[in-house]
Amino acid sequence: MIQVEHLVKRYGGAAFALDDVSFEIGEGEIVGLLGPNGAGKSTAMNILTGYLSTTSGRAVIGGVDILENPIEAKKMIGYLPEQPPVYPDMTVTEYLRFVYELKGCKFPREQHLADVMEAVKVTDVSRRLIRNLSKGYRQRVGIAQALIGDPKVIIFDEPTVGLDPKQILEIRNLIRNLGRSHTVILSTHILAEVQSVCERIIIINHGRIIANERAEDLARVIEDNTHFRYAIAGDKNAVLAGLRGVQGVSSVSPMHEREGDAFCFLVEGARGTDVRRGVFRVCAENGWPILSIGAVGNDLESIFIRLVDRSDRENGKRKDGKDISRAER
Amino acid sequence: MLAIYKRELHSYLTSAIGYAFIALFFAVSGGLFVYTTLYAGTANPANYYTYMLVFFAILLPILTMKSFSEERKLRTEQLLMTAPVSIPAMVAAKFLAAMTVFSACIALCSCSFLLLARYATVRAAMVFGNLIAILLVGGAIIAIGLFVSALTENQLAAAIGTVGIVLLFFVVSALNSFIPVYWIRFVLSGVSIFSRFGNFTQGAFDFSALLYYLSVMVVFLLLTWRVFDRRRYR
Repeated sequence: MIQVEHLVKRYGGAAFALDDVSFEIGEGEIVGLLGPNGAGKSTAMNILTGYLSTTSGRAVIGGVDILENPIEAKKMIGYLPEQPPVYPDMTVTEYLRFVYELKGCKFPREQHLADVMEAVKVTDVSRRLIRNLSKGYRQRVGIAQALIGDPKVIIFDEPTVGLDPKQILEIRNLIRNLGRSHTVILSTHILAEVQSVCERIIIINHGRIIANERAEDLARVIEDNTHFRYAIAGDKNAVLAGLRGVQGVSSVSPMHEREGDAFCFLVEGARGTDVRRGVFRVCAENGWPILSIGAVGNDLESIFIRLVDRSDRENGKRKDGKDISRAER
Repeated sequence: MLAIYKRELHSYLTSAIGYAFIALFFAVSGGLFVYTTLYAGTANPANYYTYMLVFFAILLPILTMKSFSEERKLRTEQLLMTAPVSIPAMVAAKFLAAMTVFSACIALCSCSFLLLARYATVRAAMVFGNLIAILLVGGAIIAIGLFVSALTENQLAAAIGTVGIVLLFFVVSALNSFIPVYWIRFVLSGVSIFSRFGNFTQGAFDFSALLYYLSVMVVFLLLTWRVFDRRRYR
């Protein structure tokens, strides 16, 4: 449904906002776009929606190139920007009627508007001026305008900002339901939201894609996943000394937890090593039963932070390299 | 395009600016009619419309100042730019909406001459000529106003900027005869908005003036389009 090929965007010829970004999103997929502030998420979405042009590369929506035929491509997109684009001097119904006409929709108007308002739960404020609505309601009106015309692709930039916990759950459910028949791109800082709604996650940093995986496969991209939590029954100091002697273990620290008579330890292996076999052998030789073992830092938040840190380091090196080569010249 | 046009009219008729514009317009227009026509004891509309024109140089920028700058401030510009509507259609819709409000006001004010016609001889050709002249100059000022409004999200800056440009045209017209260098005088009189509608006010149709005003409108509307297009490529 969406093909992005070698997208490059530079602002004013300066730094890259997007640097050779390519990805594909299939029909009916819900994809989360993650990244720190200034990573290039909004730029990517603005290009996909036709708000910005590209420096090079192409973006195709439903087979239509957004740069070559923007009007046709835009007909397939519903977009909720970071700040809902609402007119304070209109009532909710007036505003949605305006959007309906703006998008040149052909459905039975009043029925369609009623359906959309019902879906985002703004029917009870439909006659109120938007300027008098709370932030949460304005946000929902913003979501409603994106749904007008039943577009094939819906792009949400921070859709749950300003909503209360109950409303957040409702909107997440709505997005999940939309995903059954629409292609949805969701940009957010709330990792739990991505985890609960998205099937696939694209992480962008410094204008580059640093991960593009199914949510459950994301841990795989962290190659240096070497932190483990062990619960081992045995004398605490002896176990500690034994673990420290395992080849590849860079540090062992006791944790303030116990599982019955077992002590818990955080074992960290050197980069690129897997210490689990060595730990097993030491425990078996000494007769210390391992009651449980778990990888630490495999939740989305930790993965996200580690991926971004790694990308920051690589970006720093790239910059340093450029500086050095410039200096050499 | 029709949706943006309707929305624009709606915003004029539901905002304080719209009503302030209309109220001020009718108050000044009534005053000028009494002063230039009734007190002067003449049915010649040229004076009335010429004074109105000066008044418009200040009033029309108030009408256009929020056209694009408010869209930018409210971030609704993103809605328009990501909707299946082309930028020229968006600019045209805004221009036509402002022209509609302006034309309606002018048409209503001109009714004074209809009333006057019962008591004096009013030459219809002169009224129509003046009407066309004021609509053309007004259209040019609106196009300039839209262009300046597209440059900033500050409405006040948009209004002051437009008044500044219009006043510059005024000054150019007024000081032109004092410039000793012929070619400068020639160029400046060529671009002056306010030195061309004379024939219309006397009831004569001036094709070159018509073409000139339409060109000014088209140039500034094209520049407005370029502002948005350039922002996409920034």
